[in-house]
Amino acid sequence: MATIPANTRLAARRTASGWLGALVKAAREAPLMAVIILGGLVLVALLADLIAPYDPTLPVKGAEMFVPPFWMEGGSVATPLGTDFQGRDILSRLIYGARVSLVVGLMGTLVAGGIGTAMGILSGYVGGWVDQIIMRVTDAWLALPAIVFAIFLAAMVGPSMWNIIVILGAVYWTRYARVIRGEVLTLRERDFVKLAEIAGASKLRVIKKHILPNVMNTATVLASLTVGVVIIAEASLSFLGVGVPPPQPAWGLMLSEARPTLMAGQWWLTVFPGACILLIVLATQLFGDWLRVRLDPQTRNL
Amino acid sequence: MSSPVLEVRALKKYFPARRRLFGGAATWVKAVDGVDITVHAGETLGLIGESGCGKTTTSKLILLQETPTAGTISFEGRDIASLQGSDLMAYRRAVQVVFQDPFSSLSPRMRVGDIIAEPLEIHTDLARAAIDERVGTVLELVGLAPDVAPLFPHEFSGGQRQRIAIARALVTDTRLIVLDEPVSALDVSVRAQIITQLEELQRALGVSYLFIGHDLATVAHISHRIAVMYLGKIVETAASDALCARPMHPYTQALFAAALPSHPDDRTETKAITGEVPSALSLPSGCRFHPRCPSAMPVCSQIEPVLRPRDGGGEVACHLYD
Repeated sequence: MATIPANTRLAARRTASGWLGALVKAAREAPLMAVIILGGLVLVALLADLIAPYDPTLPVKGAEMFVPPFWMEGGSVATPLGTDFQGRDILSRLIYGARVSLVVGLMGTLVAGGIGTAMGILSGYVGGWVDQIIMRVTDAWLALPAIVFAIFLAAMVGPSMWNIIVILGAVYWTRYARVIRGEVLTLRERDFVKLAEIAGASKLRVIKKHILPNVMNTATVLASLTVGVVIIAEASLSFLGVGVPPPQPAWGLMLSEARPTLMAGQWWLTVFPGACILLIVLATQLFGDWLRVRLDPQTRNL
Repeated sequence: MSSPVLEVRALKKYFPARRRLFGGAATWVKAVDGVDITVHAGETLGLIGESGCGKTTTSKLILLQETPTAGTISFEGRDIASLQGSDLMAYRRAVQVVFQDPFSSLSPRMRVGDIIAEPLEIHTDLARAAIDERVGTVLELVGLAPDVAPLFPHEFSGGQRQRIAIARALVTDTRLIVLDEPVSALDVSVRAQIITQLEELQRALGVSYLFIGHDLATVAHISHRIAVMYLGKIVETAASDALCARPMHPYTQALFAAALPSHPDDRTETKAITGEVPSALSLPSGCRFHPRCPSAMPVCSQIEPVLRPRDGGGEVACHLYD
């Protein structure tokens, strides 16, 4: 019996390129816009202390309230995007606000995804009454309007950034549970899962080695959608006054605080934070889409 | 003949079909209804029958994927229903399976080496190097190069994937492999290679096979003995040569008639059966095959025939030979 040789082309490529090559390849395929926007925002959030010209919570010394952006009449280069109703620098507030949006968006998604994926796998793989209970709770959860539910929870535990993260996680986990459960139900019937069970693998091992890796794809796609939703939800909660408490700078809070003056023509108080929310949500969606393709070994052409 | 590895006695599996509003089932699907089969050490038993006859349910029962309604399955003299703890793990280790679809049976996210190593990881605490060595050994056994281990399943053809599945089934000290239509999804040319490979492996390792199939030519080629199954029951069992030389049950004869002759000019006496397989929900009275049987007699619809010794060894359940 002749042995079939290993695919030499594949073997050669793996050894020659290594991780550096993989990195270069990933960079080449990444959606440039999304990576630039997200990378920029992450950098800004990390280096906020270094690059923000002023303290975001205090009025700029010697600056008026409602100074317009620098290109408008009466604008000043010292406060390039103008000042708000307290004379605080809008640019500095936007820079620090990126921290809040990114931390809440990512952590909230992580909490929601963690709870939801665990529940979905438990429900789908264990089945029986465990499945019944989890799914009925999910139904009840989904029947509540997300934002109203979040407001209710936020009003109960009080506003703070970390509370918001936990609340949004607790509100949005149900989508994961539902979708992941469906995925697990089909996976459970796949031959490779049955083979593992026949070989004597424990439930925990099957979940770890076969179920989890195969639902990560779906979980990632959901996460890419959730990051945007969570960021908007955080902005909405802050806008409604139950989110990040003032004077901490958050984009949603900035919108909320600028509401009374919106009609008075001071558009820079709202347009800049609004544009930031739009950009970050758009970028996360694009990035998530790219990630979905990358995570599939068949489409990533390994 | 050497000692039996697997003994299935009076095995039954009924599935509830319609449930009453409260409580028990109103009707039952009798998927497996009193099956006796024996697989000896180093032997291949072919289990043949058309779709829906209970072949796969039988294999699921043997693999402890389902619990039998009645009957016993013993492996090396021990009833597998009573196995627990380390005895159960020993059984899981000794009995493996190869499924029909080589595209579903290999996890798309695991490397070939890890797929094959899985039973070892479950049952042994070998070091990584020892596992890799064993994986390399079984890969060579099934005719693949050991350096394919780091690749993913989608980089292989159907035949190669099935070799990988066989390698996985062999990686522990396996004594019985249930081959559930292992070549049905493959090209005819690849089929022959896999069958030859399986036969070589059996000679080298002394492993027993329970070969489930619907293609008579393939099953007859690889099996030492054949059991013909129809609607949950064994209707005829005999040594492969004896069965091919003289199929006795009308259903077995029909299966042979339906198989392609080895030469296009060969004309077989066609006794092709007509009609569909009756629903397992409402089984015919008497002999289950009588509505489709070309030589049915009045007695066939009244009394269910039992397995009796047939000429040339083996057993047949048919009133023609009473």
